[in-house]
Amino acid sequence: MNTSFDSTIKIPKTKFSGQTITLSHGAGGKAMHDLIELIFVNTFKSSELSLLEDQARFDLTPLTALGDRLAMTTDSYVVDPLFFPGGDIGKLAITGTVNDLAVGGAKPLYLTCSMIIEEGFAIDELHRIALSMKKTADEAGITIVTGDTKVVPRGFADKLFINTAGIGVIAQDIQILASRAEEDDVVIINGYIGDHGAAIVDARGELALEMSIETDCQVLNHLIQDMLACCPDIHCMRDATRGGLATVLNEFAIASDVAITLEQSQIPIRDEVRGVCEVLGLDPLYLANEGKLVAIVKKADADALLNVMKNHPAGVNSAIIGSVGTFPQGKVLLETGFGGTRIIDMLVGEQLPRIC
Amino acid sequence: MKFVDEFRDTNKAKTLIKAIKEIAKKIAPRQSKPLQIMEFCGGHTHTIFRYGIEQMLPDTIEMVHGPGCPVCVLPMGRVDDCIALAENPDVIFTTFGDAMRVPGSKKSLLQAKADGADIRMTYSPMDALNLARKNPDKDVIFFGLGFETTMPSSAFTVLAAEQEGITNFSLFCNHITTVPTIKAVLDSPDMKLDGFLAPGHVAMVIGERPFDFIAQDYNKPLVITGFEPLDILQSLWMLLQQIEQGRSHVENQYTRIVQPNGNTPALTAISLVFEQREFFELRGLGSIDHSAVRMKPAYAAFDAERKFSVANIKIAEPKSCQCGEVIKGVIKPWDCKIFGTKCTPETPIGALMVSSEGACSAYFNNGYDKKKLA
Repeated sequence: MNTSFDSTIKIPKTKFSGQTITLSHGAGGKAMHDLIELIFVNTFKSSELSLLEDQARFDLTPLTALGDRLAMTTDSYVVDPLFFPGGDIGKLAITGTVNDLAVGGAKPLYLTCSMIIEEGFAIDELHRIALSMKKTADEAGITIVTGDTKVVPRGFADKLFINTAGIGVIAQDIQILASRAEEDDVVIINGYIGDHGAAIVDARGELALEMSIETDCQVLNHLIQDMLACCPDIHCMRDATRGGLATVLNEFAIASDVAITLEQSQIPIRDEVRGVCEVLGLDPLYLANEGKLVAIVKKADADALLNVMKNHPAGVNSAIIGSVGTFPQGKVLLETGFGGTRIIDMLVGEQLPRIC
Repeated sequence: MKFVDEFRDTNKAKTLIKAIKEIAKKIAPRQSKPLQIMEFCGGHTHTIFRYGIEQMLPDTIEMVHGPGCPVCVLPMGRVDDCIALAENPDVIFTTFGDAMRVPGSKKSLLQAKADGADIRMTYSPMDALNLARKNPDKDVIFFGLGFETTMPSSAFTVLAAEQEGITNFSLFCNHITTVPTIKAVLDSPDMKLDGFLAPGHVAMVIGERPFDFIAQDYNKPLVITGFEPLDILQSLWMLLQQIEQGRSHVENQYTRIVQPNGNTPALTAISLVFEQREFFELRGLGSIDHSAVRMKPAYAAFDAERKFSVANIKIAEPKSCQCGEVIKGVIKPWDCKIFGTKCTPETPIGALMVSSEGACSAYFNNGYDKKKLA
């Protein structure tokens, strides 16, 4: 199996080093108290969390200075394997929720962190994941303010599940909605598609591929701040996670009652990812991403926005990949480069590899 | 990507389409109806839709999407048999991914998995053999499915299991054969086809000669075809040349892969392990003589059909389903009474709606609807 740990993360020694999680770590007593203190509170280092109250509290005044609406989101992370090239479940749990806030135009501020841990899980791994969460939270500039820990008997969960919820503030005048795509708008993406999906397939180690694909897992809030500074009137924006680029664009097409046409030759995709898809009979348009946003903007805004995106580390390979039209309503079309087009529909279930 | 992008070159495609249009124009005055060309293989169907090839062809050419999607032609009763095998608590049942969603009479393998059966997707029968090595207390069954393309890997896996003395691996053999299936399509009284794009990967195994009867006995031209868009376009152009010149020969476009005599080690492994069945039922086409293989008695120990009691119940096809007529090119998918209404990729009733390689599913997913095109 292909696992890769973030080499910059060093695990400090605690009295739990080398031990495994037992049911007593979730039983509410001293063991749980110590685990929370040593692994989570000491790692996340936030003033709200250190109070160890039953809830985090924050002043309203500084929030109202940032905008006129709160944004809130939640997501659960159940990825297998927990560690994969370029990331781990902890990094994912932060980026996913931060990005869900950011693509709505919100400045992400506070996150919760809830852990469901399977009995027998190595505490060092848990510590490593907590450190990875902290590192990513710092990169995003957000604070983990409250949390919860549950331990379930062996077999009742697969190693570790994480839920994070987040709160952010949306500045005045920003109206990013799936229903705002208009005729002649253009579609922009911030880089290569399918890296995360391909990395997970690769990391499961069932294929023994002779290369390694890294996940694209990254926080997007700083890139999005730059984008909004250049173009506050972004019409639609979502991160293309599960279901990939195809699914997000279908959501836009349906909500806005427009047709979206993609140009196949303009969609950035790595050769390695294409290779994996060729071998397995998968379509990269449906592969998951964890650091990709799709935005729909006025054509007149596109060039300046693209320039800003390309100048940000999270958007170096940004590209304009399509345009918005009127017919057929609610559909996404792909121009194949052969003069042919095909409709890119939503997936029925999960993508299944073809026989031959 | 080397060895792939060369066969997707858009400029070459444009040249080929131009050549196809020119030759189609020459043939047109002799036609009373559009030329019907069948691509037999589901892999070809997939490429044709993926690259929008059908829309680029002149109106005088109509593609008929044949029965060569092994998932599509799998009869319901066999899916039920799979589920019965998989629900045995001592069994790990392994299968190619796209067989997971094929509906049985009560449920699919995907549903059976959710209900608790140990069903795992593998990419190769060798992965199933690995599972057998790792789980000596379980019986690992591999769902052998597909035409001659996937037959050699099943045969080699059985031979490897025998050589290694692995006793907890068996094959549930549902491999089907190309030639009798094509013959059944040709013998159908409502057959109107004018030529074939023959399956390149089947030909890689069995060679060119088994297709001779199509050209010689039925006077239908045929081109063995690769799976990239330029392969399809070049083969269409070759086929149209035969039609224009009034010839019917077996020609090989896929020379980079297909040898005239096929692949000898693969054929040897197949003949060691498998023998013809008297008949086998294919969904949409009914029972066809010699259209499948089973395992030889010498390999009974690796034959799931012999090792476990398999009911082999025949389930009647849903009456409303017109897959057979679609496969033979008698009607287009959208002419079927239940296409896109009762029968969709989410709730497939007919075989052709099941896999992304099935003609109906491809039409549906690509938004092909008579009303929209008109």
